Amino acid sequence: MSAPTFDQELDVRGLNCPMPLVKARQTIMKMEPGQVLKVVATDRGSVKDFQGWVKTAKNVELVAQEEVQQDGQPIFVHYVKRTS
Amino acid sequence: MTVEAVVPQAQTEVDVAALRARVEQLEAQLAELAERVPDDRVTIVVFSGELDRLLAAFIIATGALALGQEVSMFFTFWGLNAIRKQRSFEGKSLMEKMLDLMTASPAAPAGMGLSRMNFFGVGASLMKRMMREKNVETLDDLIALAEELGATMYSCAMSQHVMGISQEELRDSAEEAGVAGFLSDALKSRVTLFI
Repeated sequence: MSAPTFDQELDVRGLNCPMPLVKARQTIMKMEPGQVLKVVATDRGSVKDFQGWVKTAKNVELVAQEEVQQDGQPIFVHYVKRTS
Repeated sequence: MTVEAVVPQAQTEVDVAALRARVEQLEAQLAELAERVPDDRVTIVVFSGELDRLLAAFIIATGALALGQEVSMFFTFWGLNAIRKQRSFEGKSLMEKMLDLMTASPAAPAGMGLSRMNFFGVGASLMKRMMREKNVETLDDLIALAEELGATMYSCAMSQHVMGISQEELRDSAEEAGVAGFLSDALKSRVTLFI
């Protein structure tokens, strides 16, 4: 599967709950509807957090989520689209 | 126009009037129901003044704000210390001054203890060190973040009165409120927590 396209990238590696979510929301609210934000995190909880975010908020949608290995560490990548 | 054609039309007019009345009735019911549906709001009563409990309260608050929820926080009793920006002994009774000295807050350098295994502050220091190593936000940062993201902060007027804490000692955004102020938000919330 090819990686989804995105308009902006946010690096929250090293940050813990609730910061990946807080920073992602702050960033996406400055973006245009229709744009996609790529969030790179090391926080394992962010996987469920981002799923919960799109379920609760009405203006975001999860395009894709993936787990990749980087230097033997799991990295969690989220693609979030601002819908309105 | 024949008689047969007139009769069904008359019946239709009667139906429209009845339908209109029914729609109005349903609209009124819907408006009443809409009034009762909770807001996208999370209300948290912050009663505790320990580091670990306050961290939980502020992580939930900032998380809820990030999810796009409104957040109301009511600070009462030991929880008031979380939103103290300064300590002032001015105009306080001896008991109130003693209480001030024995309670920690961001304004008091001694810092807050843990609710368990505090060991006179050693536990809290160790916990803070472990949190720093793991790059977890500090309580002060989370409190400032909650304020910045727009959490509404209410301070309990009654416990302020009992403990001798003036509004000037609290964060500027904190508003005094009573139990009805808290309940009016809690009744319109999807989630209400007591921490």
